[in-house]
Amino acid sequence: MNARQRTTILAATCLVVSLAASILLLRNIDRIRPSEIVEDALYINSPKMVKRVSLGFDGLMACIYWTRTVQYFGHRHFQREYTYNELAPLLEITTALDPHLIPAYHFGASFLAPAPPNGAGQPDRAIRLMEYGIQQNPDNWRLYYDLGFVYYTELRDFKSAGDVFARGSRVPGAHPFLKVLAADMATHAQDFATARLLWSAAYESSTETNIRQNALEHLRAIQVDEDVTNLQNAVSRFVEGQGRIPTSLWEIASAEHLQGVPVDPDGVPYELSIDGQVLVANPDNFPFITKGTPPGYQPGIPKFHTKG
Amino acid sequence: MNARIVQIAFNTFREAVRDRVLYNLIAFALLLSGAAIFVGQISIEIERLVVINLGLTAVSLFGVVIAIFIGIGLVSKEIEKRTLYTVLSRPVRRWEFIVGKFLGLAGTLVVNTFFMAIGVFGALLYVAHKFSGPDSLIFVALYFIVLQFLIICSLALLFSSFSSPLLSAVFAFSLFVIGSFADDLRGFATLTSGITRWIATGAAYLVPNFSALNIVSAVAHEQPIGAQLVLQNTLYALFYTAMALSGAVLIFERRNLK
Repeated sequence: MNARQRTTILAATCLVVSLAASILLLRNIDRIRPSEIVEDALYINSPKMVKRVSLGFDGLMACIYWTRTVQYFGHRHFQREYTYNELAPLLEITTALDPHLIPAYHFGASFLAPAPPNGAGQPDRAIRLMEYGIQQNPDNWRLYYDLGFVYYTELRDFKSAGDVFARGSRVPGAHPFLKVLAADMATHAQDFATARLLWSAAYESSTETNIRQNALEHLRAIQVDEDVTNLQNAVSRFVEGQGRIPTSLWEIASAEHLQGVPVDPDGVPYELSIDGQVLVANPDNFPFITKGTPPGYQPGIPKFHTKG
Repeated sequence: MNARIVQIAFNTFREAVRDRVLYNLIAFALLLSGAAIFVGQISIEIERLVVINLGLTAVSLFGVVIAIFIGIGLVSKEIEKRTLYTVLSRPVRRWEFIVGKFLGLAGTLVVNTFFMAIGVFGALLYVAHKFSGPDSLIFVALYFIVLQFLIICSLALLFSSFSSPLLSAVFAFSLFVIGSFADDLRGFATLTSGITRWIATGAAYLVPNFSALNIVSAVAHEQPIGAQLVLQNTLYALFYTAMALSGAVLIFERRNLK
């Protein structure tokens, strides 16, 4: 082996060893360094400044910022860190760069509006975002639907929801359910049927799997809430008539002439507590229910079903 | 067409395609177009948008880099190697030399754009599984990008006719950046008054307006591009290119090559 070959072997070995050592050291350094410092830094806050830095390639910059927004929300949501300080600024920059990036409004509102742990709990900023989106895209009926959805589900402002649905129903090509929803908001806003219509519309109008699964879970939750409400009313009638709390739901089924004990959407019978409260047997299977949970119950991470 | 111009153009083209930097840049542009597929997968509902935005941006930016890096050396390298004297000692006029160099570089860039566009359409076919009518708008965006290249080539050649390669690169790239802000410059001019307004307005119209030629975002959103805009931009690019080339010819005709 001559000197040149020796040098080649030594240099190649040194290169490989140094590379492996650098990678291992970097992994250790990442474990030591706190991650929040890297996570929450938004180096350029101003949409105008970002627009200038993009050198005219606003669309690409918007895609990059939208991807960053999705990664930011997803990462924090699954890490169960329920503060989203940078979410609204990221969305504002994204939509300022590309006002026609519809997914940013559609999904942005569903990231911003719901209360933690499902969202950032900022419905007012979601509304601002959607109004801006509607201003920039007045012919997109879906944005009106999404805005009305926020008013209905998060703020329980049925009048504003109805107004927005009515505005959206006048957009050429709008889905017919907008007109129905506008009318329902006026008179039946708090009915289960209206809520079912809203979530059915969300399920049917979306092609995104996660959105459809979320809508499905809400429809299941509405069914459970309705069942629990009806059963609780039946228990109250039993108490009034018999002067005592029923011992089981079989007594209710007999008194109300039902075919058997009512079951939840998974086919599991509802239960009755000692003090006459109707309970869901497995509340973890229904992430969005508001009734039928035992006292002190804390919901876990939502489990999505693919079939309803 | 003048046979001497064609011959110089052909030789310029042949020399440019032998440059290894060209292939590296094209490969990188193709890589970026392919990477767009993966970017779309870590986001929501923007797969097609990312492919078009990233792909066309890569074509544009890398084309500008190629135009500047090759363009700045077109004249200065010939002077440095002293091959220019051989060329001019034939019955080749100086203006024919400049025009031939420009056409050779422009041809190189058109071919490069063709290959990079194949990458963009390939990535688009992968994410969308088929082409649709609005995808034809990408050809309009590519056409406008080629018009940008013509302007950049002519500017690189202009600077190369009197300046060193390094300074030519700095000037050409600076004009590209300023040209991207041409709309802002005009807006600034309207806010000023007096002599500042005159200077700002003059500068705003003197720098090339690349923002008018950038329709990548509009094409990504399938917005139609009017025939009037295409025609006017074509004429603008041709006139601006002619202006820059005329400047290059004027300088080069009077340049002392000793």
